[in-house]
Amino acid sequence: MLTKKIFLSVVSALSLTLVANVSFALTADEQKGLDISIEAKKRDLGWQDNTADMTMLLRNKQGQESIREIKMKSLEVQNDGDKSLTIFNKPRDVKGTAFLSFSHPVAADDQWLFLPALKRVKRISSRNKSGPFMGSEFAFEDLSSFEVEKYTYKFLAEEALNGIETFKVEQYPVDENSGYTRRIVWLDIQEYRVQKVDFYDRKDSLLKTLTFSGYKQYLAKYWRADKQEMINHQNGKSTELKWSNYDFKTGLSDSDFNRNSLKRAR
Amino acid sequence: MRDKLYGFIGKHPFWVILVCITFAVIAGMGAGKLEFKNDYRVFFSEENPQLTAFESMQKVYSKSDNVAFIVAPKDGNVFTAEHLSALKVLTKASWQVPYSTRVDSVTNFQYTFAEEDDMIVEDLVMSTKNLTPEKLDKIKKIAISEPLLVNKIISQTGHVSIVNVTVQLPGVNPMVETPEVAASVRAIQAKFLAENPDVEVYLSGMIMMNTSFGESSISDSSTLVPLMFLVVIVTIGLLLRTITGTISTVLIIIMSIVTTMGLAGWLGFYLTGPSSSAPTMIMTLAVADCIHILTSMFYEMRQGADKRTAIARSIRINLQPIFLTSVTTAIGFLSMNFSDSPPFRDLGNLVAIGVMLAFVFSITIFPALLTVLPVNVKKQNEDKKDIMAKLADFVIGKRKILLPLTSILIIASVVFIPNNELNDDFVKYFDETVPYRTATDYMQENLSGMMMVEISVKTGKSSGINNPIYLNSISDFSDWLRERPETDHVNTITDTLKRLNKNMHGDDPNWYKLPDSQEMSAQYLLLYEMSLPYGLDLNNQLDVDKSSSRIVVTFKNMTSNELINIEQDMIRWFAEHAPQYEVDFASPSLMFSHIGQRNIISMLIGTTIALVLISILLGVALKSWRFGLISLLPNLAPAGIAFGIWGLYSGQVGLGLSVVIGMTLGIVVDDTVHFLSKYLHARRDKNASAKEAVHYAFDNVGRALWITTFVLVAGFTVLAESSFKMNADMGFLTALTIFVALVVDFLFLPPLLMLLDKNKNESVKSTDEIIETPVEVA
Repeated sequence: MLTKKIFLSVVSALSLTLVANVSFALTADEQKGLDISIEAKKRDLGWQDNTADMTMLLRNKQGQESIREIKMKSLEVQNDGDKSLTIFNKPRDVKGTAFLSFSHPVAADDQWLFLPALKRVKRISSRNKSGPFMGSEFAFEDLSSFEVEKYTYKFLAEEALNGIETFKVEQYPVDENSGYTRRIVWLDIQEYRVQKVDFYDRKDSLLKTLTFSGYKQYLAKYWRADKQEMINHQNGKSTELKWSNYDFKTGLSDSDFNRNSLKRAR
Repeated sequence: MRDKLYGFIGKHPFWVILVCITFAVIAGMGAGKLEFKNDYRVFFSEENPQLTAFESMQKVYSKSDNVAFIVAPKDGNVFTAEHLSALKVLTKASWQVPYSTRVDSVTNFQYTFAEEDDMIVEDLVMSTKNLTPEKLDKIKKIAISEPLLVNKIISQTGHVSIVNVTVQLPGVNPMVETPEVAASVRAIQAKFLAENPDVEVYLSGMIMMNTSFGESSISDSSTLVPLMFLVVIVTIGLLLRTITGTISTVLIIIMSIVTTMGLAGWLGFYLTGPSSSAPTMIMTLAVADCIHILTSMFYEMRQGADKRTAIARSIRINLQPIFLTSVTTAIGFLSMNFSDSPPFRDLGNLVAIGVMLAFVFSITIFPALLTVLPVNVKKQNEDKKDIMAKLADFVIGKRKILLPLTSILIIASVVFIPNNELNDDFVKYFDETVPYRTATDYMQENLSGMMMVEISVKTGKSSGINNPIYLNSISDFSDWLRERPETDHVNTITDTLKRLNKNMHGDDPNWYKLPDSQEMSAQYLLLYEMSLPYGLDLNNQLDVDKSSSRIVVTFKNMTSNELINIEQDMIRWFAEHAPQYEVDFASPSLMFSHIGQRNIISMLIGTTIALVLISILLGVALKSWRFGLISLLPNLAPAGIAFGIWGLYSGQVGLGLSVVIGMTLGIVVDDTVHFLSKYLHARRDKNASAKEAVHYAFDNVGRALWITTFVLVAGFTVLAESSFKMNADMGFLTALTIFVALVVDFLFLPPLLMLLDKNKNESVKSTDEIIETPVEVA
C-alpha cells in the first residue's frame, strides 16, 4: 500500500475487459478519462518490486518543522493492490517499527504493525484510508498504489501546466471511506506522469494540492519523482516527501511481506 | 464673529442648506464601506498579550473555533437505537458545514479495543441496525466512562449529547464566512428537528457567539434607532410644541449620524457590537444643541422679537456654551481611546466626531432651516417656570438640611463602589432573548461551561512528549485539575496513552497506566495515529514534532477574577512540580478575564486626563479657577453615586462599564457649565447675592437642563433595552449617571455654592478673582 508510485500496478486482462465492457455506457469525456488512466497504468506495469528511502518534512503554520525517515519495500501484486513494508528509522523512539500493508482498491486494507518496544506484531483493524500517515498531510490513500478501479473518471481538458502539456482528469473515489469527493489530476501528455493533484474534501472544498518534481526514469521504463510536496490549504500545514536510493527488481517475494518478516525487517 | 455667522446664514439660508446637505451626502456615501466584524477577537488589540499567546497556540495546534449542536432527546436518554442513528446522521451532515475540519460526537468517537493480537479502532457506534439493549448498554457504559467524552460530548447520565464541529475559517472574508457557517448549521438543525420531533437541538460555540454579535446589533438598529427617533420627536414636540423645530432637529440628527458613519466608512472603521451603538448616542447628544437654540429663540420671539432677530440672538447667546459643552463631551468620549479594547476606542472616536458635527450643523443648517421654514410661537403656559421657581425656593430654604443630607447620600452611595467586581463573561454579553445565550446556559447546566483554558506544555525537544517523566507530569497535572471543584472536563493525551496501553495488554484494566518507556509511548502513538480516519487525528493535542502537547480544561462558569486565580494556581503548580517545561496558557476565556483589568487601569488614566482637560476648560470658560475646582464635585459625584448604586444592584463591571466614567464625564459637565455660568452671570453682572444667583440660575436654565436630561436619560434608557448586554448595561449606567447629575446639580450644588460663596460677596465681581488661587478654596 505504501508505495509511492501513483499510477502503477498490474491490471489483469480480466479487469481490463470488465472496464471495456462497461465503457459503452460512458460519455465521451468519461471514456477519455478512463482511457488516459488505463494508459498511464499500462506504462508502469512489470516493475515487480522495489526499495527506496524516504524522508518526510512536516511543517506547521508557525514554521515549526519535523523530520521522519522511512525505508520502503514494495511488491507488485496482480489482480489487487500492492503489498508494502514500511520501516521507520526516525524519530529515534520509533526506530525499528515496521508496518506491513496489503492494499485493496476498494475494500479496507490489511495492516500489521510491529512494535519493537512491545516485541509484538499487532494487526490493525480500522477504516483509516482517509487518515493521515504519520501525522503528515499525506493520507494513506494518497500514498497507496494507483489502481484503475479505485475511481471513476472524467476528462476535463488538455492544459499547459508550467510549460508542460497535460491531460486534466477528474477522479471520483469508489470507496465510500475515502476522505475525498474528487481529485483533479494533471498528467503530462508525453509520459503520462502525474504532475499535480488537487484534493477536494467531503464537502467538496479544495483541501490539498500535491505537486511532483524531479522525475527520473528507472530501468528505462519506470518514472519516479524525487520530490512530492503536499500543501494543505485549510490548515496551512505542508509535508514534503523526498525519495532516494531507488532500486528495482531486487528479488523480493511474498515471503518478505508477511507477519514474520515484519520482526526482522531492517 | 458670532453675529457675522448668523449674518451670513440669514442672508443665504438656501446656500447654507445646500452646502451642508451636499457635504452630508458625500460623506454619507462612505457608510456603504462600513462592515460589521463578526468576531470576538475584535475586542482585543493586536498587542494584547493574551491574544498573541492564543493566536500562536492556534498556529501550533489546530484552531478551536467551533459550533456545538446540543442534542437533548425529550425522553432523556441518548442511548436508544433511534437517537443514536439520528446522531450518526447529524454527525455525517456536520461534515458538510463549510470550513469544517473535524466533527466529534458519541457515534464517531474512535473506540479502541483488543481482540487477541488485533488492535481494533472503530467508530463507537458503527451500525445502528441491530442495536440490542445489551449493545446499547455497552455503548452507554463506554461513553460515560470515557474521560475524553464525559461532560464534553455526553452528559454523565447520558441524557444530553453534543456534536462538536471544529471550523477553520480561512479569514479571507470574515463578514461572509461566519454567517455562511451559521446559515449552514441552522439549516442542518432545522432539518434534524423536522426529522426528529422528539429531540431538542440548541446551537452554541464560538461561531454562534460571533454570529450573535452581528445579529444583536442588526436587531438593535432595527428596533432601538426607530424607538429613539420616536423619543426625540415626542419630547421636542410635546415640550417645545413646534413642528418646524422638531423636523429641523430630526434632520440635524439624521445628518450628524449619516455624516459620522459615512466618515467612519471613508476612514476605514469597521463596526462592532459596542461601536454600533454610536448612532443612538450621537442622536441623543445632538438633540441637546438644538434644544438650547430652540428654547432661546422661542423665548426671544415670545418677548416680541421677529424670527430672524430671535434666531440671531439665540445663536449669539448659545454659541459659546454649546461649543464648550460639545468640546467637553467630545473630550469625555475621546478618553475612551485609552481603552485596551479597540471597539471602545472606535465608539469614543465616532461619538466625538458625531458630537462635533452636530455642533457644526446646529449652528449652520439648523438656523438656516429655521429661517426658511415657518415658525409659529404659541403662548406657553408658565407652569413649568413656576415649578422651577418653587424648586429654587425649596433648595434655598432648605439648604442647611439639603447640603448635609445630600452629602451623606453621596458618601453612602460611594461606599458601595467596592461592591463592584471586574467581570467579563462573554456568554453574559447577551441577554436571555438571544438563542446563543439560552443554548450556552443549557450546555452549562447539563454538560460543561464555555470557560476553557488551553495549556501548552513544551519540552523544547523533538519527540519530547514521549518521555515518561513528561507524561507523568502531564498526567499528575490533569489529575490535580480534575480534583478541583471548578473543573468540568480535562482533555489530555495521557488518557489516550493509558487506554492504548490497556488495549495492548488484552484490555486488562490493570494496564490502564502510562507506558514506562519513551519508545513504548512513541510506538503506541504511532500505532494510534496510523489508525485514525480523516479529521480525527491528534493534531489538536500534539504539535508536528511532538515536542509539546496541549491540555484543554473546561471549567464551570466563574468570574474573571476566579479564572485568573486558577491561572495563577496552574502556573504555581508547574513551578513546583515541573519547572523544566515552558508552559503557555491561552484561551478566549482568559483573554476576556484579563481585559477587564487591563482596560480599567488604562481607562482610569484616560478619565483622569479627560478630567484635568475638562476642568481647565471650565476654569477658563467660567473665568475662575475657584469655580473650576468647585465644579469637580458635581462632575465626579454622579459617576461615584451611579457606580455605588450599581454595586448594590449588580456589581458586575465589564468592558462596557469601564468606559462609562470617561464617557459620562463629558456629558454631566454640561449641566454644571450651564448652571454655574448663569449663577456667575447673576453674581458678576447683576450684583446678586448667592441666593439670588441660585434663583436666577434655576429660572434661566432649570427648564433647559431638565429637558436635555430627560432626552439623554430617555436615549440611554433606550440603549439599555439592547439585547447586547454590554451596550445595555452601558446605556443603563450612563442614564443613571446623567439622571444623578441633574439631581446633584439641583440639590447639592446650590447649597454648596451658597455655603462656600457666602463670605465672598464682594470679591466675586472683581477681575482679580479670575486668577484666584486654588489654595483658597481648600
